[in-house]
Amino acid sequence: MAEIKEYNHERPGGQPSNDWAAYASTVKRHPLRKPVALKQTLTEITGPVFTNGWTGPQTTDLTKQHKAEPIGERMILAGRILDEDGKPVPHTLVEIWQANSAGRYVHPGDSHPAPLDPNFTGRGDIVTNDKGEFRFLSVIPGAYPWRNTYNAWRAKHVHFSVFGPAFATRIITQMYFPGDPLLDLDPIYNAVPDEAARKRLISAYDPNLSEAEWALGYRFDIVLRGRSATPVGI
Amino acid sequence: MSSNQKLIPSATQTAGPFFHFGLIRPEWADLTSGGKAQGEKISLEGRVTDGDGAPLPDAIVEIWQANATGKYEHPEDAQDKPVDKNFRGFGRAFTDKGGVFRFSTVKPGPVPGRGNALQAPHIAVTLAARGLLHHLFTRVYFAGEALNKTDPVLSSIEDPVAQKTLIAEPKGKTNGSAVWRFDIVLQGKGETVFFDF
Repeated sequence: MAEIKEYNHERPGGQPSNDWAAYASTVKRHPLRKPVALKQTLTEITGPVFTNGWTGPQTTDLTKQHKAEPIGERMILAGRILDEDGKPVPHTLVEIWQANSAGRYVHPGDSHPAPLDPNFTGRGDIVTNDKGEFRFLSVIPGAYPWRNTYNAWRAKHVHFSVFGPAFATRIITQMYFPGDPLLDLDPIYNAVPDEAARKRLISAYDPNLSEAEWALGYRFDIVLRGRSATPVGI
Repeated sequence: MSSNQKLIPSATQTAGPFFHFGLIRPEWADLTSGGKAQGEKISLEGRVTDGDGAPLPDAIVEIWQANATGKYEHPEDAQDKPVDKNFRGFGRAFTDKGGVFRFSTVKPGPVPGRGNALQAPHIAVTLAARGLLHHLFTRVYFAGEALNKTDPVLSSIEDPVAQKTLIAEPKGKTNGSAVWRFDIVLQGKGETVFFDF
């Protein structure tokens, strides 16, 4: 008999709805029907395991992927992957990608006339340690225009992809920067209804993480769905 | 611990259109370690379209499945079945300009459901893209499987038209592998069934 320790369901207001016309790309892409409630099974409470090194070498220093250093404010980006009970999530894959300091992505689809930086790709990945920690060295990404509405600009952000222990905990999200005046105007950030949940997506400047004469420190924790204490059977 | 003492979970945000260079792992579209995995090799492919029927050239499709014997490589799968070291069970592919994704994998074996139920062979899917603030979950089942009739998830979808959106259809062979076609419609006519759990 298979016992299932379920992952917690999403809290009201804690997640964005795909039906969010302020972000124009959602209009033709969001499903019209409500999702069907599925009782979690072994399929949903399992997921890829990253303890065995199969994801290959890690890239944690985004300033050393080319001949010279990228232009921009050097940033140490560190944090932990936690569950809702504050327990660290060890040995899980964290992938990041971002624009360069001028707000331009190394992507053929990005037509923003800001310079590419020959010394910056903007991708990194790491498997969290025993304490659920990750740490990257990068540069602060620039803001960039997008055509969602006239003269719209995305708040500065770093994209995060995180797995956690199960298929149910997989998330893709974005990290923002404290004090960014574009946040209030950003429909992607503001798609999260609950204010406290929105604020969780803003990193904190941490002077203790900054390194003198070297780099600014930003701290960012990601909290994944926790799970119920008692297994449901059957 | 009461629920209000718990930490607030992180919200999802869209992957945007420019994820390719960040998430690229071309080898992850082949779950078979170059054909070494045990079991029946299949090609799982399909097209992702929007509410206008237009293909999505910028979607990330990820899959998670049991191996050919119905075992997940995960500490919480306590079944007495062998793990296949050539099969991790996880895959990632991007859609191309025509909205098409493609995985080389194996047909999964049946896995336990809740209680004494047995689940029909299936593959769990997440889909992320520009325009999706939250990834979508769906499942791929295989046409003609006897267990489909009693699968708890599949049989919970009463509308036969909706149920059909979860069932991949055989479409011949490529390089000796059976091709299973699974199109994903995000919106409107023929909209795929998505799950919440």
